[in-house]
Amino acid sequence: MENLTTQMAGVPLNHYIYLCAIIFTIGVIGVLTRRNAIVIFMSVELMLNAVNLLLTAFSVHSNDPSGQVFVFFIMALAAAEVAVGLAIIVMVYRNTKSIDINVLNRLKW
Amino acid sequence: MSTQVFYFVATLSIIFSLMVIFAKNPIHSVLYLILTFFTFTVHYVLLNAQFLAVVNFIVYMGAIMVLFLFVLMLLNLNKETEPVKSPLIKIVGVIAGCCLVVTLVGSFKAASINSPLILKNPGLGLVENLGKELFGPFLLPFELSSLLLLAAMVGAVLLSKRDEVEA
Repeated sequence: MENLTTQMAGVPLNHYIYLCAIIFTIGVIGVLTRRNAIVIFMSVELMLNAVNLLLTAFSVHSNDPSGQVFVFFIMALAAAEVAVGLAIIVMVYRNTKSIDINVLNRLKW
Repeated sequence: MSTQVFYFVATLSIIFSLMVIFAKNPIHSVLYLILTFFTFTVHYVLLNAQFLAVVNFIVYMGAIMVLFLFVLMLLNLNKETEPVKSPLIKIVGVIAGCCLVVTLVGSFKAASINSPLILKNPGLGLVENLGKELFGPFLLPFELSSLLLLAAMVGAVLLSKRDEVEA
């Protein structure tokens, strides 16, 4: 493990930025193109994870542990968000027998 | 050698996250998402953020993904009930996403932060170091997050409880 991490010096920081930008964009595309509410939720999780990885990379880059503490808080927030969101989806399914996001268009004004 | 490990795992995470959004069956999406999170755990290990690797493994792959799978099984969804968007919306969404990635990569290229990532302090991501930070300057947010989790738990129970008054 120590050997592996000491050899990590080679990866430039901007490659981490590109990776996280790509994965964040994949999450955005998922939100835009899917209609299944649960898959949309999973795309949001993907975006949160991309940001987490970027925060960790920057924390290592600037040698500051606060970034990793923020990642920890984001994980706690994601857990809370998923619990409430899935409860809402279960309730929507119980009332409409579908998790198509277009069923909820009456929420528009 | 280890930089090649990074590029290999990065490719895997991009492929798996693409599979998440393009898989037809929602169950397959969840399984690919678990694989994506596993590659993220490998990224954390490569960055020597061992605490985050373990937390990612337990919280995301253990708790959140089980919740997703559980709800999917509960709702009895499969490929037949999967709502499909019109191909026009899909194409427009993909084009918008490509524009976003081009904008992001272009702006980061203009910023040109290409200094290599060097781990100055090998104990940065260990539990000892993070615990000192978490229970020192971040004590109040830490306690508040417990309140957040309690509120989420109460809210989830209240939302998913069947309303017996109307029946």
